Amino acid sequence: MQISFTLNGRPTTVDVEPATLVAELLREQLNLTGTHIGCDTSQCGACVVHLDGLPVKSCTLLAPALDGATLLTIEGLQGAPGSNQMHPMQEAFREHHGLQCGFCTPGMLMTAIALAAEKPDLTESDVRHGLEGNICRCTGYQNIVVSVMAGAAAMNAAKGE
Amino acid sequence: MKPFAYHQPDQIPDAAKLLTSIEDSKLVAGGMTLIPTLKQRLANPPALVDLSRLGNLKGITDDGATITIGAMTPHAVVAASKLVQAKIPGLAALASMIGDPAVRSRGTIGGSVANNDPAADYPAGVLGLGAAIVTSTREIAADKFFLGLFETALETGEIITAIRFPVPLRAGYTKFKAPASRYALVGVFVAKFADGVRVAVTGAGPGVFRVPPMEAALSENFDPSAIAAIKIDNDGLTSDIHAEADYRAHLVTVMAKRAVDAALS
Repeated sequence: MQISFTLNGRPTTVDVEPATLVAELLREQLNLTGTHIGCDTSQCGACVVHLDGLPVKSCTLLAPALDGATLLTIEGLQGAPGSNQMHPMQEAFREHHGLQCGFCTPGMLMTAIALAAEKPDLTESDVRHGLEGNICRCTGYQNIVVSVMAGAAAMNAAKGE
Repeated sequence: MKPFAYHQPDQIPDAAKLLTSIEDSKLVAGGMTLIPTLKQRLANPPALVDLSRLGNLKGITDDGATITIGAMTPHAVVAASKLVQAKIPGLAALASMIGDPAVRSRGTIGGSVANNDPAADYPAGVLGLGAAIVTSTREIAADKFFLGLFETALETGEIITAIRFPVPLRAGYTKFKAPASRYALVGVFVAKFADGVRVAVTGAGPGVFRVPPMEAALSENFDPSAIAAIKIDNDGLTSDIHAEADYRAHLVTVMAKRAVDAALS
């Protein structure tokens, strides 16, 4: 079947088998390999993308659900529009060493950005609960939480400008 | 996944017709249970009928003595709803405890109730509040809807359109999560109405069930101490890798006490 959607700001039309997962479509058909498949059972969160602004697990989403929707993947993140800057949340992860091997990072970033956008005054407890569906096997989460707090503050500051 | 045809009807009668005419076809709402099931090839339906294009299945309305939640309303919307938080805070709390944020973006109340997973959260809220399941053809009382392991009173081609919840005087939900899946190892919903208390348990057995001795005790005295000594029978409870039946029975009392606490706070 043919589906049309907005992918990272660009209109996109693809032919897919209905039994295609969005994570597969992105990685194998559209060559966007930044979205990672960790567990393939909707537990680990490495595959989180934004569907119409909401965080979803792309390994548990059928491609037909994209038709008419807006999809944002890790590749679509940017700082100031048109610039070559990283997104403030990405900057915060770099600054605060919020990753070690980096496998979970795309999903962490997408979840963190949605969390910060939903709730401007994030507490540490909000962050820890909000990352419930994202598993990291390296960091012990401490620096991820620090990064998300800093990234959320930077997103708020950028919004205020 | 095995291949399947994909239908996106925009009228409920069309969806119902597809379901009855294509044998073993399945409805897909948010897909949070169905897609993992397909991936594991536990189900191989020839066709999926997607509910997302049917109008009027999303949203929450205030009817005074009841609130009605459209079947396709995601958990995150129920959790964040000011109306649900004001009228049935225990139900908003339940929705906020399902899965994780990404699951709550997609998963729907209708999907959860229709699937009737023995460890899902919503069946406890629906049975605990004595809600009505509104379908494309009729209304079914919660007490007659849940028939055990993944079984419900729904007939082939019957589609849940909404759930209507009576507004209680107080209600609370607490669960002991299985840490990996975030399903309820045991979850208890307690609701106090003018004419008595209802207690519904999920996760402990093959399906959601009520606990009459706790209901009677709490109707007399709505306080955790009233049920501290009531332990349910292990018989028929689930024993698996996560917990023995005995431990689940113990957790029912602990979670019920905490749910009463939550309802009182």
